[in-house]
Amino acid sequence: MGTGVKHLLDFQGWSVEALQGILDTADVMKEVLERPVKKVPALQGITVCTAFFENSTRTRTSFELAARRMSADVLTFAAGASSLSKGESLRDTIETLNAYKVDAFIVRHHASGAAHQVAKFSGKSTINAGDGRRAHPTQALLDAYTMLKEFGRIEGLKVTIVGDILHSRVARSNAELLDLLGADVTLCGPATLLPKELAKGRVKVTTDLQAAVKDADVVMSLRLQQERMNGGFLPSMSEYALTYQVNEKLLERAKDHAIVLHPGPMNRDLEISGSLADSARSRIIAQVEYGQAIRMSVLYHLLVGKK
Amino acid sequence: MLEIKNIKRAGSDTLESLFIEEGKIKGWNLSETATDTIDGKGATVAPALIELHAHLREPGQEQKEDLASGLAAAAAGGYGTVVSMPNTSPVVDDPAIVASLIQKAEKLGFARLKPSAALTRGQKGETLADLSALKDAGAVMFTDDGRTNENANVLRRGMEYASGLGLLVSVHAEDATLRQDGVMNEGVVSHELGLPGNPAAAEAARVARDVEIALLTGARLHIQHLSTGRALEIVRQGKKAGAPVTCEVCPHHLTLTDEALRSFDALYKVAPPLRTQTDAELLLAGLLDGTVDCLATDHAPHTQAEKEKDLLEAPFGIPSIEVAFPLMYTHLVKTGKLSLEKLLDLFTAGCAKVMAWEVPTLEEGAVADVVLLDLDNAKAVDPKAFKSKAKFSPWAGEELYGWPVLTLVAGKVAFQG
Ligand SMILES: [Zn+2]
Repeated sequence: MGTGVKHLLDFQGWSVEALQGILDTADVMKEVLERPVKKVPALQGITVCTAFFENSTRTRTSFELAARRMSADVLTFAAGASSLSKGESLRDTIETLNAYKVDAFIVRHHASGAAHQVAKFSGKSTINAGDGRRAHPTQALLDAYTMLKEFGRIEGLKVTIVGDILHSRVARSNAELLDLLGADVTLCGPATLLPKELAKGRVKVTTDLQAAVKDADVVMSLRLQQERMNGGFLPSMSEYALTYQVNEKLLERAKDHAIVLHPGPMNRDLEISGSLADSARSRIIAQVEYGQAIRMSVLYHLLVGKK
Repeated sequence: MLEIKNIKRAGSDTLESLFIEEGKIKGWNLSETATDTIDGKGATVAPALIELHAHLREPGQEQKEDLASGLAAAAAGGYGTVVSMPNTSPVVDDPAIVASLIQKAEKLGFARLKPSAALTRGQKGETLADLSALKDAGAVMFTDDGRTNENANVLRRGMEYASGLGLLVSVHAEDATLRQDGVMNEGVVSHELGLPGNPAAAEAARVARDVEIALLTGARLHIQHLSTGRALEIVRQGKKAGAPVTCEVCPHHLTLTDEALRSFDALYKVAPPLRTQTDAELLLAGLLDGTVDCLATDHAPHTQAEKEKDLLEAPFGIPSIEVAFPLMYTHLVKTGKLSLEKLLDLFTAGCAKVMAWEVPTLEEGAVADVVLLDLDNAKAVDPKAFKSKAKFSPWAGEELYGWPVLTLVAGKVAFQG
């Protein structure tokens, strides 16, 4: 197997077939996770380094567990806790980590493009675990996988993503992936947080939430960062909640079977109502669970047979 | 007496000899015998280039560049005169620093240094620096480049005061409140890449304000490194309205666009940012119709390690003083967009006119600042061979024509290739 692709930085250069392959293999990995012994030897002898320059316990845990369940050795690097990387160039940090004979890097960084730089500087297989506002491809894959499990298809689904689109790597990666897989994506948010320039192909942008959610199959709410108010993007949090909160009332406009997603962590009753997050429409916990299977599948496709 | 033989004047195919004595041009094709002879081997001769905008980083940031490396790089780029920017550490807002820079540069024997000084103390934009003392020490221009002049009234007073001294003020025209934390041009590419954008309007809005101040005061204003078609149009209108405004454009804004950032290479991170193809074309039109007064490099050296940081953290700037002429010659003259004469004008007379300096010539009695350019042979850009400490370049490996092979400053060899 294998996709023939060395890195997962974003979806540029990826074929629909290769992406389909990752989604298919996730079924196998999901089955592994249901066994009493949740471990396979696929990555034995391979060392994976999680290089997190930006803190994210959730994503790092998910990746590390995925790697360990495939018997890989894991080297953990967190910039905040390390003397390494302080005032040092990204290249120097990566070259130092590379000296530990790492086979693959999983990178999280606050700057867009950092994952590309790591791939270039290390020469090793690199997975982008979120870089700045640019991309978070495994999140998009697990979102797509959640939709696939729900509806049995991606093509033709109407997916509406609501919130701070401007600063969201989740929105960018989802728009990129879902468009490739044939879904109709609408990005929605206040004009200050909604770049018109992202409208492309089947991807639409609108500030009108009511229209955006009409007949949607999937509604995804994004986390709103509190500092957006200080940046002058929003008049107030309550104003935002009033206009852009994803809640039960709003979901009445969507299809009857519509599901709700959120990449987490949530600000309950700000971007999403707490009761909707806990309702039968919510697939927020399933997203976390599928994240494991997807990350195992990605590691498998990028690394097996590459040693 | 020095004879440079077998050289051509721009636009001519005739091989001639130029005679130089005591730092001045003695004449053409004289019958006298020279004590020294240099064979120009068919190169084209021109007055040495003038740079109005270079960051030489001394004092304080010598790991990036210093006077010796920067002025040697300038000479290798064909420049006889360089105006240095004052955003060093400490800032050049003290006459003693100006004097020491000039003294040091004189001993080096590379390009001639003409330092600019800060318009405001510490370049903070609040209180005017001691402008007349700075002028007496040798400063040729005032600028807060590296910073933007947010307080319009301080700029107005500075321009008025400087004009009383017969000097001009140059500005980095960007509205910092619109620019925000932008690291590249705001547009389709920045939104796709998820990088903070700097809108073209930040430049146009500030240029509009500053042109109005020039109209109000009648004081000469030079606008640095214009990057957008909109801002250029405002300058064009301002000139028509009689504003005493000049402007410069940099080689990177004419040859590169924001598409280059798709590589996520911080080498392309520059302020103002690389814009769109349309902007580059409008800037070229500005060269052709005379709205653009001169070409300047904004040579901005940094260490390799700094440029290998992530795109948010890496510093702004492209080092280009050694490739500017070949780059422009290859892209603009070889392609038929601009005549050689016009290009040389943008690198020499145009710069002198902005500064109200004597326009350089190769006539008898002129200062012997001379460059020989090899227009016939291509050579690849090799950053490792740069005299600048910044040994990287967006044009690395590109085959260019028009390399300087000899630079004379006051009749002395400052560079020989
Ligand atoms: Zn500047």
